[in-house]
This record gives sequence, C-alpha cells and structure tokens, in this order.
Amino acid sequence: MASPSASISPVASSAQDTAPLLDVQGVTLQYKTKESLVTATFRVSFNVFKSDRFVLLGPSGCGKSTLLKAIGGYLHPTEGEMRLKNRVITKPGPDRMMVFQEFDQLLPWKTVKQNVTFALTSSGRMSGAEAETRALSYLNKVNLTKFVDSYPHTLSGGMKQRVAIARGMAMEPDVLLMDEPFAALDALTRRKMQDELLQLWADTRFTVLFVTHSIPEAVKIGSRILLLSPHPGQVKAEVNSVAPDDAAGARALERKIHNALFADEVEEDALHH
Amino acid sequence: MSAILPCTRPERACDTLDSSTIGVIEKPISTFERVWNQDWVRKAFIIIFLALLWQFYAAWKNNQLVFPTFVDTVKAFVDSCKEGVLPARIVGSLKLLVGGYGIGLALAGVMTVLAISTRFGNDLLETLTSMFNPLPAIALLPLAMLWFGLGNLSIIFVTVHSVLWPVALNTHSGFRSVSTTMRMVGKNYGLGGLNYVFKILIPGAFPSILAGMKIGWAFAWRTLIAAELVYGANKGGGGLGWYIFENKNTLEIPAVFAGLLTVIIIGLIVENLVFRVIERRTVRKWGMQA
Repeated sequence: MASPSASISPVASSAQDTAPLLDVQGVTLQYKTKESLVTATFRVSFNVFKSDRFVLLGPSGCGKSTLLKAIGGYLHPTEGEMRLKNRVITKPGPDRMMVFQEFDQLLPWKTVKQNVTFALTSSGRMSGAEAETRALSYLNKVNLTKFVDSYPHTLSGGMKQRVAIARGMAMEPDVLLMDEPFAALDALTRRKMQDELLQLWADTRFTVLFVTHSIPEAVKIGSRILLLSPHPGQVKAEVNSVAPDDAAGARALERKIHNALFADEVEEDALHH
Repeated sequence: MSAILPCTRPERACDTLDSSTIGVIEKPISTFERVWNQDWVRKAFIIIFLALLWQFYAAWKNNQLVFPTFVDTVKAFVDSCKEGVLPARIVGSLKLLVGGYGIGLALAGVMTVLAISTRFGNDLLETLTSMFNPLPAIALLPLAMLWFGLGNLSIIFVTVHSVLWPVALNTHSGFRSVSTTMRMVGKNYGLGGLNYVFKILIPGAFPSILAGMKIGWAFAWRTLIAAELVYGANKGGGGLGWYIFENKNTLEIPAVFAGLLTVIIIGLIVENLVFRVIERRTVRKWGMQA
C-alpha cells in the first residue's frame, strides 16, 4: 500500500469554507444513572469544517464518547446547541454515520455486502443495483472484495471494522462519526487500520470526527485535535496536528498534549510528596 | 543487597525438519467416522436402540394389555392407517393444532410489539404473562366449555392460551437482549416504527423467538392431546387424543400405543425437519447460535 504521507498536508484544517460544517456551541450533556445525575460535558464548543479529520481526545471520563453520541443524535444536550449544516441536530440520521468500537455493529443476519446495501436502501438513499454498485466500490476500497458474500461472524475483528467503515463511507454522510473504532483491535492491526483510514481520506477527503483516548493515535489520525479534561469534560485546548511524515514534530506534539492533559495531576502529585 | 537479575541464557536457533519426514500431517478420516459424524445417523441409532429395547422388554413381559410390543404397536398403527381412522384423527388434530398455534403466535407478536413500543404495553405484557403463564391451559378447559361449548372453539382457546404466554415471554426477552449497538445502528439508518421492529429487532432476537416457537409448539401439542382426552367425541371426528381415549375404552392397548407413537413421530418430524431447517438457514448461518 502506498504511503499516505505524500497526499496529506497540514492545510486540511484551514478553512476552505467559511461556515463550519458542524457547529457545537456551549453543549452541556447530562445523563441520569439510578443514583445520580452525571454531567458528562460542560459547555463544550468547537467547529468542524469540511474535510477535517477532527479528533476528540481525552482521558476516560471526559465525556468524549457521550459528546459523539449527542452529535449522532442519540442524546440531547441540556444546554447549548449542535448544528450540522446549520440545522439543529435532534435525532439520529444517515447524514451522520457512526462507526462504533463494538464488533457487533454489523447485522449478523446480513452478508458483508448486504450490510452495506441495507444501510443505503433502508435510509432511502438509493435502491437495488445502484446500492449494490456503490457498496461493492467501497468494499473494494477497504480491500474486502473477496469477502462480500461472507457473514460477519466469519470475519476477524479488523475486517469487521473495515466493513463498518465501508458502510459509513458508502452512505457518503456529511460527517463520519468514529467512536474509538480501533480500540478493540490488536496493536499491529490497529496501525494498519490507521494507515488505511488515512489513505481512504486522501482518496475521498471525507469529514471525520474521531474519538480516541490514545495520544499517538490522535496525532496520527487527526488534522485538528480537541483536548478535553475529565469530570466533567471541558475544552482544554484545540491544536493542529503535524504532517504524518514529521516524526520529530509528532513526538513534540505528543509531549505537548501529554503535558496539557496531565499538568494538573503533576501539580497534585507534587503537592502530595 | 544485590539486585535480582533475570537469568541469562544463550540464544538459540533451530532447523525445522522437512515436512515430508514427519509422517502424517493431514489424512482423510475413515468412512465410519464420516458416517457417524452425521447428526441423523446418530439419532437414528438412538431411535432404533430404543425400539429394540421396547420390543425385548415387552416380549419378556408378555402382557398385551399392559405393555404391547413394538411390533404389535406398529401392526396396530399400520392397520389403523389402512382403515383410514388414524389419518383422519391426525388431520383432525393437526387442523386444531395449526389453528391454535398460528393464532397464539400472531397474538404473541402483537403483544410483544406493543410491549417494546410503549411503556404501558411493557407493563401489560409483564403483568399478564406473570399471571397467565403459570396457569395450566387444561385448567381453563371447563371454563372454555362453558363459554364456547363442546366444540373446536374451546380446544383452540386453550391451545392459544398454552402458546401465547411462553412465546410472548421469549420474544420479549429476545427483543430486550438485542444489543445497544445494534439498536443504535438501526436508528442511524433512520429506521423507526414497524420498519425498525421488522428489520432490526425481529432478526436480532431471532434465536429467542425460535426457542419460544419450539416451546410453544410442544405446549400446544400437550394441551391439545389433553383437551381431546377430556372430550372430542361430540363431532364424531375428533383427534389423536380422542383416538387414544376411544381405544383405551375398548382395551385396544396396541392402538393406544400407536396413537402415542404417532404423537412422537409427528414431534420428531417437526423438530428435525421444520425447526432444524429453519435454524440452519437462519441463526446458525448467521453465527448467532452454535
């Protein structure tokens, strides 16, 4: 596979369109457990522009997944507003396709190809032969042409995630929402999938909102990275990533992000000792 | 204090043998093993073994009135089939069975769809199943006879009762066990209402639904035969239960056994042909059941 580095430049996050594609303004998210009301994020604001590889990064408990689910339309903010293409997000829809971490996101009663075509047809995007052509072309992009007629349970974890990505991309949504899609994979597969995702991005320049708790993954995948602090999630910083071939720059950025995220803990530790 | 160092060992590299010198690496299994690996062969073996056991025990017991032999039973079965009595009884039973089972499944479907779409429906189903599921269908027969008279309607009523609750209970628990991710995927496609139920929930819950259908089928049979044993003479026709009852009264014990054997055979056929095929083409193919 060709290295994606040549085609990915750090200009990706510069504003090609003046209006943001996704506008998140002062969003506070709360959910109830049996015992208490938990505030997951507090007045989070950010903008995602077209063709951004926007990463939400933070330690567990910073509400990044909750935030992504809210953008997906599964949760409603108690405060603030989220607008996609200037329309307020109220419920889930095929303009924001989700790729989940869990392997059971594919429907087990459908083959790989049917999983993709079903998404296209049941959302009313297209029908029959057209959907099949589109499905096959995207499955080809993720190197699964040989497995189009297999059932999901016969695939490995990495292949299942590839199908989910192909399904998400085939819908050509306004924004692809990825919730730690590689977290359950082994390290080697994860690296390969990251490279493939960048290659796919280089081919089609889709807009992706990517949630992760791994700093190296954020630096590698993202063009723009939003850092969130935990309990409740608040914006700590928003930084531009470096070019994928800039190893030294990536290391420096990783250190910078690490310091930004864990600065408080270091201070606390210093006080204790 | 000395630091504990890991034990150092020399590195090693080995030459692997050429695979041709190792002997058997892969060889086809024997014909016997291949035959024995077929499910139906092993099951047929069990059935033949039980039939032989029956035959020898009954022959040794040598009491036609208490325990007729397998051969006598088969003879009674064949004679009765020739006379056309048994086939008529089978048809009579199956008609009621399929009717009651079908109505039961349909009602269970409607109730569970209501139960997952509204909270009130959920409470209703939970309350009704906990009330009526433990109630033996046959205990309702006297009531049914009062309400619907001594006809097929009463039998269908109790059969529906025996099917409805276990199927509803299984289907409902199946719906609730469909994973959150799968539900979110369905919503993501913009599916809602009945579309969501039929395209996501029903296939997602299919292993439980199928289990419920099997239990329901067995319950329907039991209830039907029991109800027919209580009455069934009224129309001159009647079903297998009536056939058994009739022959017991005339002490045609081999025929009684033939009636029971018929119930068993129909059970085996439905389980191994109908349900097994559905399972193979759905939940097994989808990897939802081993």
